[in-house]
Amino acid sequence: MKYKQSVSLDVAKCKGCTTCLKRCPTEAIRIRDGHAVISSARCIDCGECIKVCPYKAKKATHDKLEALEKYKYKIALPAPALYGQFDNLENIGYVIKGLYDMGFDDVFEVAKAAELVSAYTRMYLKRPDIPKPVISSACPAITRIISMNYPFLCENVIPLLPPVEIAARLAREKALKEHPELQSEDIGVIFISPCPAKVSYVKNGFAGESNNIDEVISVRDVYFILIDKMKQLEEDPAEFTEAGMIGIGWASTGGEASAVFNDRYLATDGIEECIRVLEQIDNEGFTNLDYVELNACSGGCVGGAMTVANPYIAQARLQHLKRYLPVSPNRPEQDDIPDFAYVTESIEYNPYNALSEDRNVARQMLSEMQSIRNGLPGLDCGSCGAPTCMAFAEDIVKGETNVDECTVIMRMLFHEYLEQHKDKALLDKLKPLKPSQPSDKEAADET
Amino acid sequence: MSEPINFHFDVDGENFSSAGEASVIVKKKLRQLGIPPDIIRRVSIAMYEGEINMVIHANGGKADVTVYDSEIVITLADRGPGIPDINLAMQEGYSTARENIRSLGFGAGMGLPNMKKYTDSMEIETELGVGTTITMKVSLQ
Repeated sequence: MKYKQSVSLDVAKCKGCTTCLKRCPTEAIRIRDGHAVISSARCIDCGECIKVCPYKAKKATHDKLEALEKYKYKIALPAPALYGQFDNLENIGYVIKGLYDMGFDDVFEVAKAAELVSAYTRMYLKRPDIPKPVISSACPAITRIISMNYPFLCENVIPLLPPVEIAARLAREKALKEHPELQSEDIGVIFISPCPAKVSYVKNGFAGESNNIDEVISVRDVYFILIDKMKQLEEDPAEFTEAGMIGIGWASTGGEASAVFNDRYLATDGIEECIRVLEQIDNEGFTNLDYVELNACSGGCVGGAMTVANPYIAQARLQHLKRYLPVSPNRPEQDDIPDFAYVTESIEYNPYNALSEDRNVARQMLSEMQSIRNGLPGLDCGSCGAPTCMAFAEDIVKGETNVDECTVIMRMLFHEYLEQHKDKALLDKLKPLKPSQPSDKEAADET
Repeated sequence: MSEPINFHFDVDGENFSSAGEASVIVKKKLRQLGIPPDIIRRVSIAMYEGEINMVIHANGGKADVTVYDSEIVITLADRGPGIPDINLAMQEGYSTARENIRSLGFGAGMGLPNMKKYTDSMEIETELGVGTTITMKVSLQ
């Protein structure tokens, strides 16, 4: 099935600069006809391009607030990262009460479900027969890149649903129980997401799971409305929150991993570092580790591309908010993991980068790519529209572009042409090709 | 039948943090070639161990991976001190790595044994004071 990505482009705003091109961790972006084009086969929805775009042309596609109107009974699932967005917030109750005042009929904190998932994870880690290290399934950008590049790590990903899905399921069950007059389709379970990867998780269904989330809106979209509602509150709504330290801890790096109560864990963030860690686990095994938490965004979920605050400021605010909270008020009813918490299908290896199904053809193509690459300047400047000279060579071999797009080569050809035609007047006006030549330095000094 | 394809790497002996980079690139190339995942894994582990060895013992060297129709050949050549006793070096857990190397998590004495374990054949040519060349083959059949 074709992957439905959530990162998209406003073509009118895109200048075709190479900023996103160079920062995309999976080389999913090319510049074509003056603007960026994203390959959905390669995109992992990490949102890096949204964060770096100087023209705000990259955006996350998600559901709009108006979509809520179609439900009789609306349940908000706030991600714990939402709580870190507000300055001078005394307690989380303000956010929860604010959501009710926005028009939600119920609020089910994802942080509550996160505490359950932490408890289930501790149970899972006690099993003797599981492949270690166990890798968290919470960040969809990470599980997607594992499915694309690391066939032997697929089975290390914990086969449990992420907190948001558990929250959605419990919230829907609660609504149906408390309001027997409602049909399931009357209920809208609305996730307030910090990032596009989680939007895609819902659109694509994690590991083939049909999910319980109906709409995904962004932290940004509710931010100002919430501030407005929160300012109007007169009484301290502290009792509205049911989350504890562990649940809120999931919003930033290390919170989830430290909740396994076991010092053999690794927690990292930033997609580039996550890829390095995955490569090393793939090569070395890291058998002395029990648990690995990887967050594609710097800082963790608070660093998502659909948040408002700086991730580290948000994290500092969360530290303040959780200081007097109980550790983990939400605990599972049983001593074993309930069936519904498991994924029905484990992550499947889905390679995307074979050049051809025929290995001989692939080898010829790669040989050709290498020889084209050797003739390119190696600046990896991106002016051709590909992130590196090697990626450009690949695009040429695939017939998607041609070598004339290389501006450095075009400049050389232009000089050659002028030399041949003895156009001395024009040649003198041009800077020499090699920047190391002394005349170039003189020219620079003059200006 | 098509021409073999070669990937060449200069392994930098000065820089520990870059050790393993060549095996990451090789993995990507082999994926592009559509090589089955289990073979990619074996090649990359053998290559990774060899790369680390060259950095620890030989101040770097040259790594070549050549893909033929029926096999992948990995050649690791260095101008290091050579291996005095190959049988001893092949024993699991035997290591001459210094404490500072071990503290980085390397030098567990599994390098050469793993390289042999993950490949179909391994040949070591070594001369004291001259260097070591290791040739490993992984069948594609």
